[in-house]
Amino acid sequence: MAPNRLQRLQRLQLPLAMALPLLALLGWWASTRGAGYRLIPAPGEVGLALWDLAFGGVNDDAFSGMLLTHLVASASRVYGAFLLAAMVALPLGMAIGRVWLARALFDPALQVLRPVPVTAWLPLSMIVFGLGPRSAFFLVALGAFYPILINTVFGVRSVEPRLFEAAAMLGTTPAAMFHRVVLPAAMPGIFTGLRLGLGLSWVVIVVGEMTGVETGLGAMIMDGRQLSRTEIVIAGMITIGAVGYVSDQAVTWLGRRVLRWSPQHA
Amino acid sequence: MTVLPAAISVQSVTKRFAGPGGDVVALQDAQLAVATGEFVCLIGASGCGKSTLLRIIAGFETATAGQVVVRGKRVEGPGPERGMVFQDYGLFPWLSVRRNIGFGPESRGKGRQEVAEITSRFLDMIGLTAFADAYPHQLSGGMKQRVAIARVLANDARVVLMDEPFGALDAMTRERLQDELLSLWASTGLTVVFVTHAIEEAIFLADRVVVMSPGPGRIVRDLRVDLPRPRDVSSPEFNALRRDLSALLHSHHSRLEPGVEP
Repeated sequence: MAPNRLQRLQRLQLPLAMALPLLALLGWWASTRGAGYRLIPAPGEVGLALWDLAFGGVNDDAFSGMLLTHLVASASRVYGAFLLAAMVALPLGMAIGRVWLARALFDPALQVLRPVPVTAWLPLSMIVFGLGPRSAFFLVALGAFYPILINTVFGVRSVEPRLFEAAAMLGTTPAAMFHRVVLPAAMPGIFTGLRLGLGLSWVVIVVGEMTGVETGLGAMIMDGRQLSRTEIVIAGMITIGAVGYVSDQAVTWLGRRVLRWSPQHA
Repeated sequence: MTVLPAAISVQSVTKRFAGPGGDVVALQDAQLAVATGEFVCLIGASGCGKSTLLRIIAGFETATAGQVVVRGKRVEGPGPERGMVFQDYGLFPWLSVRRNIGFGPESRGKGRQEVAEITSRFLDMIGLTAFADAYPHQLSGGMKQRVAIARVLANDARVVLMDEPFGALDAMTRERLQDELLSLWASTGLTVVFVTHAIEEAIFLADRVVVMSPGPGRIVRDLRVDLPRPRDVSSPEFNALRRDLSALLHSHHSRLEPGVEP
């Protein structure tokens, strides 16, 4: 009988997941009903704005049909900066985790810089890189850097000592230990870092694009705010949420394939 | 009986660890010779140094004084001719059963074809061909330990060191693996050093039972078991031995470490 019950519960999963969002939507709709000036536009207006952003043909203004352009601009910055962060943080994290000298050299400085929020870097980054996309790129890379670094360090440090003994008695040379044991054992930690880093990239990109950037979802939201087009602001938020979710799902899917061996991931 | 050359020769090995209250002597002046093809069990209460001795033979620990010579060569570190089987298996969780067994040959640079042949043969030997592509977390404890044994045999280990390998298994599985281990040993001519704290297991398996006692860890008795195999655990001879060993273990350890199960 147990499997039946489980199946019944699993069928409930989707309706349960939808309950809160639907309720929020209903509350939103109810509180914005009626005529007169409102701070928040009605859901229908936001939906219409989203349609117009994506395909145009409703308002035919500066925002119409521009969603893809903004999306591509943001996504290319996010993935570019994320890749750059990963290219620095992965080898650095492995070195800090396994090489005493690297740890002694880099760890203290990185730990002191870590509590400085990414947003606090914004003014300095604007001074150094100027107003514009380069500053946004830098902020995203910085935002993704720490989660990747910290989880990589943790991953390569928490290899079970028993596995080194097992590999050694099977004839693994000390030089081969890293790629035969440390790297595969650290994969779950590394993947967690990449996932967190990419998630944070989508958070930081909006902040980075808010000043002095022409295209990008962050720029679009700021333009909407300046023109009091709140429906554009909310449509932009919805887009970022959706894209961030899809991006995270893709990484999770990849992780499940690569980490099939791990009971926590399979 | 012909005298075979010693596969393992433990020569005056002493091991001290730095403890919070000064040095702890884990092993005091241990002498032991194990002949090629011999099955020796080390038995004793916790703290008697039996695992330390095994780990020194394996090369995971270095002796404070004395030396270990295995098959004519002084032990300087871990090596593939001395395979170790751990109580907690020590399998690589990211590798399938097949690739765990192939880990040693692969590490030592054997070709793909040869590794495939070796792994197939040992998969068949432990009866896990159907589980070749499973990962360790999908296996039972008994299956994991079979893989761990196959892994060292696939790597041409001539000396197999086992650190309470069946200690975490249920009684039924343990008995089955004991039988399997004995038939493997009989058919391959391996030299086995097997650490256990179970008296019955030691008498059932070993040619010789080496009794150790704690505080400081040392060898107190070296007992030959001359019962014919397969051994009947309910025979009077078996029970007489069990009684002797039990008395020996308790006499040493009630004096030194009361209340601990041998």
